[in-house]
Amino acid sequence: MPPKRKNDAIIQAEDVGMEVDATLDSGSEDEARRRSKNRRAKAQRKKKQVSDDEDDEEDEDEAPRKRGRRKRTKPQDSDQDDEEDKRRVRQKGAKASRRKAANEERDEESEEDQGKRKKGGRAASKQEKEDQNKEKKGNVKGKDETNKGSEKDKKKKNGKQSSSPVSSSEDESDEESMSEGEIAALKEQVEEKKKLIATLRNKPWRMQRRLVLLKEAQEFVEKFEGALGKGRGKKLYAFKVMMTKKLIKFNRDFENFKTACIPWERKIKEVESHFGSSVASYFIFLRWMYGLNLILFGFMFGLVVLPEVLMGLPYGSIPRKTVPRSEQDTAMDFSVLFDFGGYCKYSILFYGYYNNERTIGVLKFRLPLSYLLTGVGIFGYSLMVVIRTMARNANEGGDGGDEGEFTFSWKMFTSWDYLIGNPETADNKYASITTSFKESIVDEKENQKDENIHLRRFLRILANIMILCCLGGSGYLIYFVVKRSQDFAKMDPASLTWFQKNEVEFVMSLLGLVCPPLFETIAELEDYHPRIALKWQLGRIFALFLGNLYTFLFALFDEVNAKLETEQELKNATEWAIHEYNANYSSYYNTTDVPPLVVNPADAVRGPCWETAVGIEFVKLIVSDMQVTFLTILIGDFGRAITVRFLNYCWCWDLEAGIPSYAEFDISGNVLGLIFNQGMIWMGAFYAPGLVGLNVLRLLTSMYFQCWAVMACNVPHERVFKASRSNNFYMGLLLLVLFLSLLPVVYTIMTLPPSFDCGPFSGQDRMYDVVMETITQDLPAFMGTIFTYATNPGLIMPAVLLMVLAIYYLNTVSKGYQQANLDLKKKMKMARDEEKNRRNNKDSTNQVMKDLEDLLPNKSLIPPPTEEELPHDIIIEKGSRSTKMKPGSAGKGVNLQKEVSLAAPNPRRPVAHPPRARGGPPGHLRGPLPGPGRGRGRGAPPRT
Amino acid sequence: MGNKQTIFTDEQLDAYQDCTFFTRKEILRLHGRYHELAPHLVPMDYTNEPDCKVPLALIVNMPELKENPFRNRIVESFSEDGMGNLSFNEFVDMFSVLSEMAPRELKAIYAFKIYDFNVDNYLCKEDLEKTLNKLTKEELTPEEVELVCEKTIEEADLDGDHKLSFADFENMISRAPDFLSTFHIRI
Repeated sequence: MPPKRKNDAIIQAEDVGMEVDATLDSGSEDEARRRSKNRRAKAQRKKKQVSDDEDDEEDEDEAPRKRGRRKRTKPQDSDQDDEEDKRRVRQKGAKASRRKAANEERDEESEEDQGKRKKGGRAASKQEKEDQNKEKKGNVKGKDETNKGSEKDKKKKNGKQSSSPVSSSEDESDEESMSEGEIAALKEQVEEKKKLIATLRNKPWRMQRRLVLLKEAQEFVEKFEGALGKGRGKKLYAFKVMMTKKLIKFNRDFENFKTACIPWERKIKEVESHFGSSVASYFIFLRWMYGLNLILFGFMFGLVVLPEVLMGLPYGSIPRKTVPRSEQDTAMDFSVLFDFGGYCKYSILFYGYYNNERTIGVLKFRLPLSYLLTGVGIFGYSLMVVIRTMARNANEGGDGGDEGEFTFSWKMFTSWDYLIGNPETADNKYASITTSFKESIVDEKENQKDENIHLRRFLRILANIMILCCLGGSGYLIYFVVKRSQDFAKMDPASLTWFQKNEVEFVMSLLGLVCPPLFETIAELEDYHPRIALKWQLGRIFALFLGNLYTFLFALFDEVNAKLETEQELKNATEWAIHEYNANYSSYYNTTDVPPLVVNPADAVRGPCWETAVGIEFVKLIVSDMQVTFLTILIGDFGRAITVRFLNYCWCWDLEAGIPSYAEFDISGNVLGLIFNQGMIWMGAFYAPGLVGLNVLRLLTSMYFQCWAVMACNVPHERVFKASRSNNFYMGLLLLVLFLSLLPVVYTIMTLPPSFDCGPFSGQDRMYDVVMETITQDLPAFMGTIFTYATNPGLIMPAVLLMVLAIYYLNTVSKGYQQANLDLKKKMKMARDEEKNRRNNKDSTNQVMKDLEDLLPNKSLIPPPTEEELPHDIIIEKGSRSTKMKPGSAGKGVNLQKEVSLAAPNPRRPVAHPPRARGGPPGHLRGPLPGPGRGRGRGAPPRT
Repeated sequence: MGNKQTIFTDEQLDAYQDCTFFTRKEILRLHGRYHELAPHLVPMDYTNEPDCKVPLALIVNMPELKENPFRNRIVESFSEDGMGNLSFNEFVDMFSVLSEMAPRELKAIYAFKIYDFNVDNYLCKEDLEKTLNKLTKEELTPEEVELVCEKTIEEADLDGDHKLSFADFENMISRAPDFLSTFHIRI
């Protein structure tokens, strides 16, 4: 009977309280197993019990309740197990008396039970047991006895799978006789059970046990929930319970539905198993981005585009919705459309198309207001989502503050990526783990090696200068190109070449393509550790992209200002012309009733509409970027892979393993590209509402295309890029980009006057005037007053002050927490060091002692005369020290002992005497005689 | 849907959803995978909880586990008999713990079990050596292995008993940045 023996072992080791638990635990496990009607082999049972015992030690929070429950399961366990129990009693003849007594008591009961079962029918025995249980309650420590009784009933039912009428009727009587306190206790218990159900999945138990517990808890809750509410509240309570149940069910269905909606799970899994979690993290990020863009698109489409299409004026009704006569011939040409000219320019995609009518359609939809609020709301929503995701990620990842503390442990236990399911990746992973271990070993062996620090410093400075030159050069190049493109724009479009028209996008994409590898090459000079090098690299690429973007923006602002000037001139000219027309008309026909000037919308004079121009720039940028990305993948990855694959048959060296090889997936570059594109989307979305939709398409194609490309033509990383917590790093970059793209948009909204003849804000002085207008005209008057008060500087200043104060306060508080955290860490470290020191000291004292001991006989062996003096000296010295140390800790006692044992071999008793006379412990002196004394001193560790 | 329903009753599915981190669909898929492993052993109908187990040799050949150096240990830690025979309950349990949704604490417990090769509830040097050799395919020299194991124990051992108890292990793993991202299997 291996299980029983195991129990005995535990029981003997522990005291009575634990003893009962342990047996009972095994009992309830037995019961569980019986219920699942699987009688398993004895060996298996033993295993399981071992593990269950472990489990029990682990979940201490559950312990008290479980203890109680186990106790309650006792009777029927024992009657079911009675034969085994008897055997057990026989086996453990020589056991502690307390244990025996407890067992005997139980055995008696079980024997009784057995007898009853044999005698009477099932129900009768049940009744009997009921009584017994009632009696037994005295033994069971607990507060709410009735509860326990009823629960016991339930247990029994569970155990026997029978619902005898007797017990159920008893339950009812129990319930009726419950007092207020009991109800409260029962309620508490029900709540506890519910909590158990909710957290069951987090418990480290076997599934079988979990299922059993779940069933029990559910039955318990079901049974007693109804009994809780009494009188008045009963119906309400029952209703509440029912609603909660419905809600749970609905939540679960919704959860199921939600997970079913997450796309590309299989695709990502495939990539993951081939390339490990780092490459997959890019695709997960891409998917996340897609979700975000889908929502942004929903806002944009639902609140701006769709109303305009459904309820706004149709195409061709007003000048801003019509292609001008001069452009009409070429408006459908592909080359024009591809540059987003022609029909594209005067379409729903861009700002200029939207009308400035205050309300449109039967719904009186305020489109201009909606346009502005959506444009700003997109930023608000994105900010919220990014920050929320960041916070969640920060909670998830370990604090990882002290990087150096667990280098080896982390490598040992977390370096294997459990997602890997591809032999090649696995081999690479093995190799990279081995290398990383070797590196760490080398690092450990020689922590600081610096050969020629001056040379390296010089090289690093040189590299940084070169990179700064690159950055500056690329910035200037973009500025130059944008300036030039403005000159080109003034010229006749027909005389320009394709290159001249697309110079800006071309140069920007080219820079993005060329500079990162260039930086990488320059970074070779610096000879940083790869992880640091990666950070530098990312920072530099980020700086490059950012610099380019902002140069582009500044150049664009110049262009916008130029456009604004021409627009002003045009406006004046038009107004003057209209004025002239009016004057002429009235003087010619001699009437003041001037009919309005009727002009075909295609022929109307129109301004340059800088907003649409900006929108077009952004859309072109995105499209060209997409082209470049796809072409790079197609040529750089796919072309390379095909060449390597097929040219390998007829080439002089091994292409696959040698120089060109297959491409690796560039995670950091791709992620950064994604982030910057998103920045451009955010910036451009206000001026080109269609951009978000375009971006959704782009991400969708990119998902499929890149998934295919990575599976088809990339190989797993040789040095697996450790993307530790990079997720939040990328999120941080995204937040920065979001903020940076927020600035120009808000600046234009607040300061630049909108075009007078296009877009939803035409005719306004500033774009935000729409909001003011709505407040003054459409909202009740008091709202307007409130708003005036709210925008009063007298109120805003204190509010800002208050916010600053709040920030200051929170900052201080967080600093305080940080300090506390640090202190705790320090304390932990100290405790740990102390532990270590104690251990080490043990060793070191041992070592010293050993050395001393070794010293002694050696010297004593070689020259006889010194033999007399040396021990003498040592002893006197030691002796005096030992007297000084004597009142010290136990460790010093060891010293004494050692010294005594050292002293012992000395033949001259009188010399050894002084220490004893001065108070050395006599027992130690007497105890170890020369031979064995020394042996013991050497062998045994010091007693502490 | 019709024939799928007969694999489990609704109560069973609900119970599984309460006890694991899976949705209904995933549990059905898991059953599919489990059935696939040994079609002649595993019945399609689980409504009356048949008692059947799939041996270790079949489970470790799943593509999700095939390349894992700790595959045998994973399966053994989740099997009730310690030999690696998994019933469907244990099979679901295994992937539930290894799923993305499982909390760090739960994962840490099972990670500890997995790395505890000799099942003594301590990670002693022997365990660490085995772990390391599996991780590196025994490419490190014995001295290097010795050094790394020494260092690991030195770093993580808080109570100074020259082996890692679960408390030591949890303390160490709770701060590891990569643990959650690497200790999961997508099924």
